[in-house]
Amino acid sequence: MIWTNAVIQGLLLGGLYAIFACGLSLMFGVMRLVNLAHGDLGVLGAYFAIILVEHLGGNPLWTFAAVIPVAALVGYLLQRFLLDHALNGGELSPILVTFGLSIIIENLLQQTFGANDQSLNIGALSYQSWKIASDIYVGRLNVIIFVVAVLVIVALQLFLSRTPAGRALRATADNRRAAALSGIDPKRTRAMATAIALATVAVGGLFLAMRSSFAPTSGSADLLFAFEAVIIGGLGNLWGTLVGGLVLGVAQTVGSQINPADGILIGDLVFLAVLAFRPQGLIASRSVAVR
Amino acid sequence: MSDLLTGQHDVSVTRGTLGSRVALGVGIAVVVALIFAPAVAGDSATNNLTQFLILLIMAIGWNLVAGYGGMVSIGHQAFIGFASYAVLDLSIHGVLAWYAVPMAIVLAGLISIPVSWLAFRLRGGYFAIGTWVIAQVFQLVIAQQSNLGGGAGASLNDLNNLNPINRDNVTYWFALGLTVLSLGVTALLLRSRVGMALVAVRDEEFSAAATGVNVVRTKRLVFILSAAICGGAGALLCLSNLEVQPNSAFSIQYSAFMIFMVLVGGIGSFEGPIIGAIIFFVLQQSLASYGAWYLVILGGFAIIVTLWLPRGIWGAIDPHHRRSLVPLRHRIDYDDIE
Repeated sequence: MIWTNAVIQGLLLGGLYAIFACGLSLMFGVMRLVNLAHGDLGVLGAYFAIILVEHLGGNPLWTFAAVIPVAALVGYLLQRFLLDHALNGGELSPILVTFGLSIIIENLLQQTFGANDQSLNIGALSYQSWKIASDIYVGRLNVIIFVVAVLVIVALQLFLSRTPAGRALRATADNRRAAALSGIDPKRTRAMATAIALATVAVGGLFLAMRSSFAPTSGSADLLFAFEAVIIGGLGNLWGTLVGGLVLGVAQTVGSQINPADGILIGDLVFLAVLAFRPQGLIASRSVAVR
Repeated sequence: MSDLLTGQHDVSVTRGTLGSRVALGVGIAVVVALIFAPAVAGDSATNNLTQFLILLIMAIGWNLVAGYGGMVSIGHQAFIGFASYAVLDLSIHGVLAWYAVPMAIVLAGLISIPVSWLAFRLRGGYFAIGTWVIAQVFQLVIAQQSNLGGGAGASLNDLNNLNPINRDNVTYWFALGLTVLSLGVTALLLRSRVGMALVAVRDEEFSAAATGVNVVRTKRLVFILSAAICGGAGALLCLSNLEVQPNSAFSIQYSAFMIFMVLVGGIGSFEGPIIGAIIFFVLQQSLASYGAWYLVILGGFAIIVTLWLPRGIWGAIDPHHRRSLVPLRHRIDYDDIE
């Protein structure tokens, strides 16, 4: 029974990783840019929510409405004023620029908020749970996070496949020059991708803050988990990213069940095993905007 | 230029220049002076010099993999920490710490081979994060070895009965020797056939492959060498700190430091890491009291230099590769043209 429980909790945790991961793979798909500050930007959103709640009060759940649009705007501006320049500077430059950004964000947060763990207290929702078997309980918040994760992925998939803007993103991902030749504004498309990526990672950051605690350096860990989810699932499709997140979540909780200190390590080893034996990922790629 | 086409010219291909010969002389003089530095400098200055040389060795290693290999690794702290622990482990098993240093370097090079099998499946930014994950695995695995002190780390007790000043001096000479060795290996590698292949691969991988360069083997060789060099820095860290602790031995900050030094000095140039390490060391000493702000400044510098001074300070001094202090390139001189 403890193993069933571990798997269920792992699936729920995996939903959070999938939220973190989908923006990372969207940006990589559209502009071949791996944003090493991705996790830190999500954590930045969580600190923004902390400030909002401190000054305006209320249940932190309302901060979604404020943080998501701000994150999207930050993403748009970040792309226009920093990342676009980085993309012009050759292959190494986006990696170095986003790593620099990551260092800046983590240490600014540390300087401003201190190194201590923080969390967003959402009251009863944080400990209420549903009983689904004699000794298996699932936290309501965890179920909500999982459902939101699936909704985010479905919405993103529908957006990419059904809307003109989504088509522009896919076209840019497939062939940047051909897309530009057929009238798609590459700058606008890239900025849109980054805006979406930051909006989704802000959702992840807020859920992380509500579900457990976070600190200025949490962003790096989230980046690594998001990346592992992308690679385990397979570059090239959002369902793969969801599956990758779930596999990583299950690996970590089952690992923790074996030995409490081993959760992250077992997750890493599953990632390395996929890299070694199935480098294309568990779900093989179909060419879409997330590659 | 018509002379070139008709063959009416006298072209000579050279490597050394007057500048490079002067630089070699100055370099030898500096190294000789540094050998005798502990006699004049006193213990704390010697220790500072050791810290500086360790940073310089890291920068040389990272410049090799990123600047010449074109692979941005943010996981080289894996080899730094691994070699630190290798020295500790060997000394626990009775190997004198001095002998453990070269062994740790070799071990760091060897462990980088299986790492490269995994990491080389990823490219660009994903390669960067992949190496980071691998470094995390190193840290998590070593933090569980209770004979190495687990998460709390352990002390290197091997050298306790030595006079501290003698010990610090020997560590310093080790650092100096490894610095010269790393620079020498880099120069020889770049002058060799492999070095030319490497620069070709970095600049245009497909063309290099098309002209018969074995791309993967060339990249792997550089990866292994850079891992061994960074391992040297890690082994020295163990000697100079006399303790190893997983969180600091595998700290991502080492990657931040290496990236900063190499970028600011000039990525992909021989001189860059030296300039970068000097600037970084001065900054580190003068900004240390500002806590996290100093890392914020480092991150800001990294971005600014990447965007506006992509070839770093050395690139600004020597924009056309004319003054190269180390004869790594072939120069073509047209004696009768102009």
